[in-house]
Amino acid sequence: MNVLSDYFRDLAERSPRWDFVWLYDGSATDRILSGLWVTIQLSVICVIASLVIGFAGSMLQTSRYRIARLFVSGYLQIFRNTPPLVQLLFFYFALGQFTPSYSPDGWTQIPLISNVGWAAISLSLFGAAFNVEIFRSGLEAVPNSTTEAADALGMSRWLIFSEIQFPLALRVCLPALSSNLINLVKTTSQAFAIAVPELLYQSASLWNDHPATQNPTMLLLLVVYVGLVGILSLGLRLLERRMRVPGYGG
Amino acid sequence: MWSPTQPIVAMKDVKKSYGDFDVLKGISMDIMKGEVVCIIGPSGSGKSTLIRCINALNDIQHGSITVEGQEVHDPGLDKRILRRKVGMVFQQYNLFPHKTALQNIMMAPVKVLKEPRAEVEERARALLKKVRLEGKENSYPGELSGGQQQRVAIARSLAMRPDIMLFDEVTAALDPETVKEVLVTIKELAADGMTCILVTHEMGFAKEVADKVYFTDRGLIVEEGHPSEIFTNPKDPRTKAFLSQIL
Amino acid sequence: MAVLLPLRAAPQMDGFSLTSWLANIKWWQIGLLLLIWPVHAFAQGAVTVNDALAVLYKWAPFLVLNGFLFNVLISVLSMALGTGLGVLVGLTLISKWYALRLIGNTGTAFFRNAPWLVLLFVVLLAFPFEFTIFGMRVPFPGWIKAVIGLSLPVAANIAIVVRGAIQSVPSAQWEAAESLSFTRIQTLWQIIIPQCIKRMIPPWMNWYAILTMATPLCSILGTEEMVTLTRQAMEAEGNKPEFLMPFYGFVLVLFFLYCYPIAKLTVRLERKFAVKL
Repeated sequence: MNVLSDYFRDLAERSPRWDFVWLYDGSATDRILSGLWVTIQLSVICVIASLVIGFAGSMLQTSRYRIARLFVSGYLQIFRNTPPLVQLLFFYFALGQFTPSYSPDGWTQIPLISNVGWAAISLSLFGAAFNVEIFRSGLEAVPNSTTEAADALGMSRWLIFSEIQFPLALRVCLPALSSNLINLVKTTSQAFAIAVPELLYQSASLWNDHPATQNPTMLLLLVVYVGLVGILSLGLRLLERRMRVPGYGG
Repeated sequence: MWSPTQPIVAMKDVKKSYGDFDVLKGISMDIMKGEVVCIIGPSGSGKSTLIRCINALNDIQHGSITVEGQEVHDPGLDKRILRRKVGMVFQQYNLFPHKTALQNIMMAPVKVLKEPRAEVEERARALLKKVRLEGKENSYPGELSGGQQQRVAIARSLAMRPDIMLFDEVTAALDPETVKEVLVTIKELAADGMTCILVTHEMGFAKEVADKVYFTDRGLIVEEGHPSEIFTNPKDPRTKAFLSQIL
Repeated sequence: MAVLLPLRAAPQMDGFSLTSWLANIKWWQIGLLLLIWPVHAFAQGAVTVNDALAVLYKWAPFLVLNGFLFNVLISVLSMALGTGLGVLVGLTLISKWYALRLIGNTGTAFFRNAPWLVLLFVVLLAFPFEFTIFGMRVPFPGWIKAVIGLSLPVAANIAIVVRGAIQSVPSAQWEAAESLSFTRIQTLWQIIIPQCIKRMIPPWMNWYAILTMATPLCSILGTEEMVTLTRQAMEAEGNKPEFLMPFYGFVLVLFFLYCYPIAKLTVRLERKFAVKL
């Protein structure tokens, strides 16, 4: 027992509204940390998946086939204009009931896609719907004349895309991309609604068990989320600065 | 099989239109290896379209264009092979803004021709020296003046060791004082024996450097000949009118 | 010998007949197909599609009038509060005083980085459920707290919009006004704001749409809005899994019908105002 935990144990006894339980009780600390870890994992998965889906979608949007373009634009409009929370509920409850399940021991039925899985799918699709448009506008911002110059140098279509169009488009769309990814990370807290044991869920369950810890835990929640998002946005801003090219983009 | 005694670029009755608008109405010209050819004429007369057809950036609807004996508009032709033979420099430079001057020059030889990087770098540095841009190797296009960017663009095309260079109004976007530095570079290139086809408004330059001048108007070649004839003694009234306006 | 060799004939046939057939499929037909998949899947249950839709039909007026309109009310009030606050904070962001700018910047950064749901939790749980003013007990219902909770991130984002719009006016305008001996406040209200108010409308509408789509979050905290009522309706009907798809689908459709026109209009106004820059 160190001085700090003694102090907070004492504080909890003196003032019943300020019980910093996770500073002296190991099991409470573990709950918070496991919640944070789930939030981080969910965020990383959703960010990566939304980038991949967003990229694929932006490619499909320029497809020759009308049906592919229609499919993508339908997807975009639905996911951009409905609440992410309702999307989560719809995926988990409405679509979730059709998920095939398996039985490892012959007794219990475990669905193939868990609530965490549905949260990852639903949030990735939500984030990707915005990424599609962001990537597309970035690609459109690359002047035709620049790709034409590459064409005149005998570069293949793939080379032009990977070396010229994509790197330039990324520079153009990075600010918009950053703010969308940040928003996506914030939205992962809504997975609370389908009982994904992420940070908000663990915190809320903690203050349900120990009502006295409500204020400190809310404070912690705010600090941790603002910190997490701050780190992400700082990282993205550094990336933006590193990739900045004189005379191109903002 | 093409031999150097035959025209390196041969156009026969080339026609092209955008919808109802006929840009080229039957252009024929033969250009020999090592020749410097200037195409002049009022804007909208199809000059740019004409040279863009030579490396298949634009397609044609009628006629034929051969480069070193190979039909350019053969649908089975791999255009990339053609474009390694024909370098092109644009009015707006079109450098890759996210690559340094040196990287701009090295990119195509390394990635397209798969030549060894060290060898290409050596050549790229020599080319930068040739266009008088030593010390600008690591500058980004955004840090260079228009004239400097245009010279990097010329070096970038030369790095592919083309047999023919196309220049599409390469000085039109430049300040008057930087026009000269680009023209000097092209002049030296011509003196080295490079086949050059230029679309230009620089009549003084055409007069001094060109072996042959074509005057085009509304999709047709109105008059052609040695610059001394065209500039001092134009025969067609349209040429006369154009020259009197511009000189 | 440098020769230009034709490498290969360009492939002309690429299943054109199939793709043209696919391309001829109408948009609504795809939508129908997408609808049929889940409908088919749950038609195998005990409750038929018609039953579920009949139940939904029964509840729909209640869900729209008591649920969705309440969401709209919450969004409108939050937007009004958020806009007012946001403009004030936005003005601190362009203040001449460093301290004021610092406070404004820190505040906006905080409320922009915190998740909406967490902010809602904080406001709903940290504020008392009633106030005592002059010995009178004034109740402080959850939905008003929700309005406040939602307006905070909106205010922070509107502040950024205001600052961006004001900064988009060329600084020569400030100088011109100053040379005509306008005060800073006069310049702002009579010269700068009239010029940039148009430019603020599209992002402002965009934030309204985002806010509207955040209102279902209140259901997590017990406010009786659309999602809460939908759940209660399903419970009242015996919580059959067959109801989940049509009921949650109905919520999605309502929000879509409300937000999609706003989004369309936003894009149109953005284009319109962008040209006149």
